[in-house]
Amino acid sequence: MKLELRGVTKRFGSFTANDRISLTVAPGEIHALLGENGAGKSTLMNTIYGLYSPDEGEILLDDREVSFNGPGDAVAAGIGMVHQHFMLIPVFTVTESVALGYEPTRAAGIMDMAVARAKVLEISARFGFDVDPDARIEDLPVGAQQRVEIIKALSRDAKVLILDEPTAVLTPQETDELITIMGQLRDSGTSIVFITHKLREVRAVADRITVIRRGAVVGETSPQSTETELAGLMVGREVNLTTAKEPADPGEVSFEVRGLTVLSSADKVVVDDVDLSLRRGEILVIAGVDGNGQSELAQTILGLRTPVAGSILLDDQDLAPLSVKQRLASGLGFVPEDRSTDGVIGAFTITENYVLDMYDRPPYSGGPGNAALRLPVMREAAQTQAERFDVRMGTVDDPISTLSGGNQQKVVLAREMSRDLRLFVASQPTRGLDVGSIEFVHRTIIEERDKGTPCLIVSTELDEALNLADRIAVMYRGKVVGIVPASTSRDVLGLMMAGVPADEAQAQAATHHTVLAEADEQAEAEENQ
Amino acid sequence: MSASGSQQGMTPAPKPEQQSPWAEAEGRLSRALRELGQTSWVVTVLAVVVALVVGAVLILAANRDVQASLSYFFAQPTAFLETSFQVLREAYSALFRGAVFDWQAPSAARSIRPLTETMVYSVPLILAGLGIAIGFRSGMLNIGGQGQIILGATSAGFLGYALSLPTGLHVLLALAGGILGGAIWGGIAGVLKARTGANEVIVTIMLNNIAIYLLAWLLQQQWYKQTGSNQPLSSSVDESAQLFSLLGSGFRLHAGFLIAILATIGVWWLLERSTLGFEFRAIGENPEAARTAGINVPKATALVLVIAGGLAGLGGAAHVLGTEYRLAGGVAGTLGFDAITVALLGRSKPLGTFLAGLLLGGLRAGGVLMQAQTGTPIDIVLVLQAVIVLMIAAPPLVRAIFFLPHADGRPRIRRRSARRKTEASAATSSARQPELQTASTSKASSAEPPSAESPSTSTQEPGK
Repeated sequence: MKLELRGVTKRFGSFTANDRISLTVAPGEIHALLGENGAGKSTLMNTIYGLYSPDEGEILLDDREVSFNGPGDAVAAGIGMVHQHFMLIPVFTVTESVALGYEPTRAAGIMDMAVARAKVLEISARFGFDVDPDARIEDLPVGAQQRVEIIKALSRDAKVLILDEPTAVLTPQETDELITIMGQLRDSGTSIVFITHKLREVRAVADRITVIRRGAVVGETSPQSTETELAGLMVGREVNLTTAKEPADPGEVSFEVRGLTVLSSADKVVVDDVDLSLRRGEILVIAGVDGNGQSELAQTILGLRTPVAGSILLDDQDLAPLSVKQRLASGLGFVPEDRSTDGVIGAFTITENYVLDMYDRPPYSGGPGNAALRLPVMREAAQTQAERFDVRMGTVDDPISTLSGGNQQKVVLAREMSRDLRLFVASQPTRGLDVGSIEFVHRTIIEERDKGTPCLIVSTELDEALNLADRIAVMYRGKVVGIVPASTSRDVLGLMMAGVPADEAQAQAATHHTVLAEADEQAEAEENQ
Repeated sequence: MSASGSQQGMTPAPKPEQQSPWAEAEGRLSRALRELGQTSWVVTVLAVVVALVVGAVLILAANRDVQASLSYFFAQPTAFLETSFQVLREAYSALFRGAVFDWQAPSAARSIRPLTETMVYSVPLILAGLGIAIGFRSGMLNIGGQGQIILGATSAGFLGYALSLPTGLHVLLALAGGILGGAIWGGIAGVLKARTGANEVIVTIMLNNIAIYLLAWLLQQQWYKQTGSNQPLSSSVDESAQLFSLLGSGFRLHAGFLIAILATIGVWWLLERSTLGFEFRAIGENPEAARTAGINVPKATALVLVIAGGLAGLGGAAHVLGTEYRLAGGVAGTLGFDAITVALLGRSKPLGTFLAGLLLGGLRAGGVLMQAQTGTPIDIVLVLQAVIVLMIAAPPLVRAIFFLPHADGRPRIRRRSARRKTEASAATSSARQPELQTASTSKASSAEPPSAESPSTSTQEPGK
């Protein structure tokens, strides 16, 4: 089915989220929609899916104008969508999940699960999906959950499939499988709209690429464009995708984690006998798919969780008896994973957020027992640091929620790096940031390393791990699968992220390349020519 | 899917551990509280206007003359309008004369007495309201004002008549006893919440009941009430423990009003200028971030309710030592619940709470005269309060009634909310829409010049 947009405009108040967007997705084509966070990709897709109605412009399916009053209409017209956050119910089986919303019934409204089950099996067989129709959603790995979403869309005869950031939660190998599936769907005539901000994937799978920036189409290009060209289009200026850094000059070991085991609140082991050691002036990146215990490890180092076994040593001092406040005061810099919930208080001013973990000690407070805040001192320090970190803001008295994500993160970094650090820990420091801010954050972290601070960075983005790390530790189901040098290939890291030990991964990767790795090599070869 | 996740935009993070339903409910509660706290002045003032209109309708409906004029409405519609106008003018002017300034009074002293009565009524409302407001700012819904006031009154009253001490010392000791009583009552809820995560709403409601029956029991104990009669009334507070009168005999205004002013300033300093207040506000706005920043959330939680209880206890003490002088089962009336209205109306800000306390005190004082002179039941005052709360709890309703613009005119804020909406995933974004509008609208309207705050009711005048 051919999907065509003509001058689609969507406004929210005075803000134009989509500005006269025109694009055509031919039948059997994978059309990538590339853009930064906030460029308007999701709005556009929600408009196509009937969640928003466009203010101007028209949507055509097979040259016939359509208008949707809700996702129901869109589904009926043959549009399927796999959301970035899966819309699945954890306790349902695969069959139940697929049937949800269009339950086949027998007489008297009794659900006919056999029909639904047969449908799941039929679609799985057609595309070679390995999905058990009776498995419960919560027991499935993320990649399989995504396939359930795809089956769900296909079971409603979707002719146009919208995939919203489908690879964000996948390991490289799972991504690879998804790419194969997308190829099969294309060959069977399904049109696919693939939304992403990852350049590498776009080049590997797309037939055509439309780049949007600030709500408007800025270019249509072919997958032959280089990554730098695509990034330039996406951001609107030249960008460095890799941050230049000197080789590490590691000093003596100053931070150690020994045999650390942590339980979740449901008493499941989330960090399993982890050993790490970190030298001064070195960046160790903990890589792995989200939810494999990295966040818990970071929280335990900060003191938010109490380990059931093992110890954490900073300069030979056991951190166990110290509270969060004491750890921060004794030279731990911590950037939490979820900026909006853990890193900043949205309603507080930039100044207040800047002193969020230093408000109760001089120079920011004084008087008996440091009971009184010294607002002028706080404000001045915030102002100075904000300028140093190039925070784009009105005044330091504005609520921090008025800043963009990148600028909020700069405030967090400014706060954590304003102290003399003995250890810097950051969880997902660039999650949700635009390319420009990512560059800045990476540079800042490398500067901190060069000052001799040991840096522990948790990242689920392989690109980030490869860019920042001096060494990479891969975590899988709470265990450290292996610690490898930063020069390790993507393929090996990908296998390790799925739990394969380092040496075994080396052997496997030598015989089997992923599509993305091949695309990489090809690109390198082209650039060398 | 969690809203926070979708706000992140492109990179999804299915949280490894699902939040418990309790935690989610807590999140919703604190979000609702925050919105209440952000209600703009304009909405507050308009809520009072709506309340007066609703009150007017009820006054008319209950009035015999108006009913009579309705029976020949079609023959003589002007009679109905004239009567209505007359009735309303009398009722609301009596309300005003009872609360602020009585121009019909025989002497100058008598004509300003209503204002001092308003101040008398407002003392416990302001003090307890400040306690509730601290709770709101710290993300806690303290429904226990009533119990804390009762405990404050119970302790202060007992110390007031059971001891004999020199004047200054006695009153200070009694007041301190009141603070301590309320603080203990609030502290029970605080410690339970901090230690076990018990919901403070439920605990404080239950503590209210315990306080009521504790007082009822004490008033049957001879060692406590020291009267020698079987009446459930205590003996009177010694003169040495009474709060001294500010304007001499003929007026009931006492030093409690000065305490209320000092407490308002003190609470402002605590919330805006102290490190402790910084912690309170931090746990109120975002307990997760506060925890990550090293703030001891359980300790701060317990302290919030101790201080809130202490303020309510002080209110109860001032009520007994300055106005009532003796304890009865109903000594606290509905003060504890009115204090919640006061804190809401004052948008959980110290000065706002002070003014709101005066407004409600004025309604109380004026209601008495209104009933005496025009026969309008004083219960109308309760209706006014109820409508005010209803309107403040639902700002969109007020905006709809007055056709207030939505946040257009403020492009920057507008764009932020729009962009957030853009990035929010489909389902959550449509669900969040009204919330975003609320936030941006209240911001926009609070930016209007202060003239918009001009008192719409005459009763608010004295506070200005």
